[in-house]
Amino acid sequence: MNQIPNSLRGGPDARGHYGAYGGRFVAETLMPLLLSLEEAYAAAKLDPEFHAELSGLLEHYAGRESPLYFAERLTAHLGGAKVYLKREDLNHTGAHKINNTLGQILLARRMGKTRIIAETGAGSHGVATATVAARFGLPCTVYMGEVDMERQKPNVFRMRLLGAEVRAVTSGSRTLKDATNEALRDWVANVADTFYIIGSVVGPHPYPMIVRDFQTVIGVEARAQMLAMENRLPDLVVACVGGGSNAMGMFHPFLDDAGVAIHGVEAAGEGVDTPRHAATISKGSPGVLHGSRSYLLQDGDGQILEAHSISAGLDYPGTGPEHSWLKDIGRAKYFAVTDQEALDAFVLLSKLEGIIPALESAHAIAHVIKMAPQMKKDELIAICLSGRGDKDIFSVAEYLGDTL
Amino acid sequence: MTRLATTFARLKKEGRAAFVPFITAGDPDMETSFAILEKLPAAGADVIELGMPFSDPMADGPAVQASSVRALKAGAGMAKVLKMVEKFRKADKATPIVLMGYYNPIHAWGTARFARDVAAAGVDGLIVVDLPIEEDEVLRVPAQAQGVDLIRFVTPTTDDARLKRIVAEASGYLYYVSVAGVTGTKSVPEEEVRAALARVRAATDLPCTVGFGIRTPEQAGAIARIADGVVVGSAIVSRVAGNIGNGKEKIVTEVLDLARSLAGSTHAARHGKVEA
Repeated sequence: MNQIPNSLRGGPDARGHYGAYGGRFVAETLMPLLLSLEEAYAAAKLDPEFHAELSGLLEHYAGRESPLYFAERLTAHLGGAKVYLKREDLNHTGAHKINNTLGQILLARRMGKTRIIAETGAGSHGVATATVAARFGLPCTVYMGEVDMERQKPNVFRMRLLGAEVRAVTSGSRTLKDATNEALRDWVANVADTFYIIGSVVGPHPYPMIVRDFQTVIGVEARAQMLAMENRLPDLVVACVGGGSNAMGMFHPFLDDAGVAIHGVEAAGEGVDTPRHAATISKGSPGVLHGSRSYLLQDGDGQILEAHSISAGLDYPGTGPEHSWLKDIGRAKYFAVTDQEALDAFVLLSKLEGIIPALESAHAIAHVIKMAPQMKKDELIAICLSGRGDKDIFSVAEYLGDTL
Repeated sequence: MTRLATTFARLKKEGRAAFVPFITAGDPDMETSFAILEKLPAAGADVIELGMPFSDPMADGPAVQASSVRALKAGAGMAKVLKMVEKFRKADKATPIVLMGYYNPIHAWGTARFARDVAAAGVDGLIVVDLPIEEDEVLRVPAQAQGVDLIRFVTPTTDDARLKRIVAEASGYLYYVSVAGVTGTKSVPEEEVRAALARVRAATDLPCTVGFGIRTPEQAGAIARIADGVVVGSAIVSRVAGNIGNGKEKIVTEVLDLARSLAGSTHAARHGKVEA
């Protein structure tokens, strides 16, 4: 792979491992597909035409680059460090997910695949996949848990409008974990023509690497923008972590900057000391699910536990292998904020900055609400505002006791 | 010789294929599932695949998924699965038992400890669906050291170069997955399987069983003419599902009736070198 001496950015190794994490824990039927994907990606990376096509799409179709915005009123309100927001909510489709789906659909085309499948939790990845499938005229099937379809109705409609078929998943907890199981089952049954666009830095190698690489544009831009605006790097970089793709994209370009602290924020749901949370890294243990070894929420018998979060996008009992590794080596620190703290942050950012964040991103904001006042006024925080909250207004209204 | 080697050697001499039923341990409850297990050899099972239930069986179709859910509800944790084998082994010293499932429950148990404990319980082989050759060393080495075979898969997507790597460290037997897909959804394509088995036989002397998509005695008979073993899973666990509410005895009788009929046509289909 891309081995850089004395760097934390060189992973994974040739077998797709980040320390003790990652790997390719899939059925034999899928192994040859993973190997050919790895080969196709390696070739694409060396091909200037691939990069030109992708950056053209990122600029003219997705609307990059996204601004790094100084949140002046939030900063004043918190009374500590200066808070900047990396505005991934301004991308086409309203979240960072499009960065990855554009990259992967170009790979699918290079590999001659004619059908797209995806899993989705909150629906952001499903919408971003349906969008690029429409853009390139490929049929698309999105697997979504029944529970998530209920709490993310607008996104279900968006996907259907974009021409995708949304298949309701009724097994297990009927959320993202089960949607991923169904997508894997579809893939193994349709190996010849189907490309599986995975939405986060999870799954078997090479997916966590590919998704990270496509999302790294977030951190690369944020780093350069911060240097341009403040003439120095941030002291703290923050992002929410479910599977962890926006976080990985934000963190990766800062991994070798020793002075930059890195905080991932998980969903504590009703509290990490209750059974209803999704704080996989903070409270879980290493195990193997959906193709890779990572931190998981599981019982002593290795059965996977159901995660809980108000945010469908963080409601997942696993996380990315590279996050698992960053936690173990201590380069990144992981925290958890509750549903209530995220809701409060959702409301606060809306009122102070005129920006309605996605509930996922509100978790990162909630952590900064705790951190910024403890930091000096000349210190800098960069938050990845991974998506906009329009999709969440129905469920937030319900929590706030409002009806729409 | 291991029980698996002895069994396949005997069957080869007799010129017939092994009947390999799959049941999930603890489906629909521990007691009923043990009653089925202990009577399977008399119903014609030559090798038994015993499923270790898992919450997220992503390579399985609806029938085996539902069976896993029933077993977990009945409390079929790993300790109970191993106890079940131990109890079976006290009475039956000859019929090989192969545990089949997913890696995470084994990972949680600890691979070295698992290898020791399954060997002590009387397990003969392990089939771990999500442990391809790239990742299986961690379990294969300790298991083989205990005389327990790690059964490897060959599938329609396996090319010759990969087949060579698969058979190199394989032991016990090979499991040919007859269709690209999850268990119990498509029907076994006989002609493709025949061609695939010819490739496998050119690469190894290990016996090769065939599974995925074999539901009826007719399909079992057809595959028994060309393979060393016929695996039936979804049809059997569906029979369990179909008799829930009819009482435990009825479930046992119905499942064993199906096993007898599948075993009958598997065993009747004698094959020699002629059709292989």
